[in-house]
Amino acid sequence: MLKYGLFFLTILAMTSCSHVKEYQKSRVNDSEMSLSSRHVEKNELNAQSYREGSSGANGGKTGGGCGCN
Amino acid sequence: MKKLSLSVIGMYLMMAQAFSQTNATDSAGYKPKKLKLDEINLVSSYYDQTANKSAVMGGRTDEKGNGDVTDFANGIDVTFIGWDKKQRKNTISVGLGIDYHTAASQAYVDSMGTSRNDGTRIYPTLSWSRENERKGTSFSLGTYYSAENNYYYSLGLNGSVSKKNKNNGEFSLKVVGFFDQIKMIYPTEFIPVTKAPPIDSTLQLHYITSASGRSELVNSSGQVVGKSSAPNVPSKSRNTLTASLSFSQIINQRMQGSVELDMVYQNGYLGLPFHRVYYNTGKDTIENLPSQRFKLPIGFRLNYFLGDNIIIRSYYRFYADSWGIVSNTFNVELPVKITPFVSISPFYRFYMQTAARYFAPYAVHTEDEQYFTSNYALAAFNSNSFGAGLRLAPPRGIFTNSLRVLELRYGHYSQTTDLNAHIISLNLTFK
Repeated sequence: MLKYGLFFLTILAMTSCSHVKEYQKSRVNDSEMSLSSRHVEKNELNAQSYREGSSGANGGKTGGGCGCN
Repeated sequence: MKKLSLSVIGMYLMMAQAFSQTNATDSAGYKPKKLKLDEINLVSSYYDQTANKSAVMGGRTDEKGNGDVTDFANGIDVTFIGWDKKQRKNTISVGLGIDYHTAASQAYVDSMGTSRNDGTRIYPTLSWSRENERKGTSFSLGTYYSAENNYYYSLGLNGSVSKKNKNNGEFSLKVVGFFDQIKMIYPTEFIPVTKAPPIDSTLQLHYITSASGRSELVNSSGQVVGKSSAPNVPSKSRNTLTASLSFSQIINQRMQGSVELDMVYQNGYLGLPFHRVYYNTGKDTIENLPSQRFKLPIGFRLNYFLGDNIIIRSYYRFYADSWGIVSNTFNVELPVKITPFVSISPFYRFYMQTAARYFAPYAVHTEDEQYFTSNYALAAFNSNSFGAGLRLAPPRGIFTNSLRVLELRYGHYSQTTDLNAHIISLNLTFK
């Protein structure tokens, strides 16, 4: 149920967005606001994908290599 | 009078300058810029895991099932940027990673526990992207290669296109393929010595693949009489194809979000040849899994700048696959800006998954099952992870002008399967 709630909240938020001009983007352009995972998280994401049954949709690997550690 | 004269001269100069301009286009006078070194990223991590079950020993919980692991990973990425004649931005990235790991269970690929328990993985990467900032379009191509002692290679190829719209949204499509060739390294009790091709029919000597992929010369009774790297260990292929769709949107001056959907198809040998399974009769065998798997993860990110100093980074992922695993991942991170250039980011991640329909613990599988595994990565469990990161990015650099960003991150990870781990990572960005 929670997943559907989050999904609709995200869609709702995206469809109700206001137009943001270039000079108004100081906050969304902040490095901490990046929508990708951090460089420093790279090996942590790899370790999780090897030890858990699921992977993907997070910028990390979805396969390839052994992962047998 | 003197002030008036200076004003008149100033106005004249301004007018002269204005009339001296030609009716040129925006790109007149533009010169392409050759590729130049833009950034170097160094990432190092140390991972330390304690666990009492391992797939190599079929999920046993005694000393032989020990799943302790250490991993020291290091990577370097070098990025070059240049602009061509059409004002398109070209980015070339070259990377190299080297990991060194130890895994206690790996010693038990040999049933006596004497095989090598460490290994090194090397993985270079190369990518090129081109961005047309005026049109808001970009595309990229990339390749990846990885080699380790238990597979010959993993070759990755990827390509992506993206398009920005006028409402601060961006749509991306990415396709990725990984093509692996896995060495068929069996636990020693399953090495078919007598079926191996003899290299000397008189002496009945055979090459076999020992634990960790070493080749050994054995006689017909299985005794090691020499070592060689001459023969090729048999291999099987595994392919992973991914199509990824993503959409990101700036929602307002303080909020932005994204949706990412991956469609993953795998085929080939999807188990590992040195993963044991113990039947309920006590007899052991090698795990056997279907030759196809379809995965469907969908992830949502929503970041919000709260006030002037706090940011909320949130992430949720729903995942389902054709082996019966369903998982939910929640992640929240709260970077607090102590100054505009220093931030501390505590984070928490919760993960829960159901078991694959082929999983059963040690000594539970029956001999009439077609597919079976005791790899706890495919079991039902929850995991918790928490920690914090520190980010320094002063505009004049740290210690030297070229070191622009320093990130340090610590995380503690625990699973309800009794697996516990610590990971500490450092990222340095040089400009």
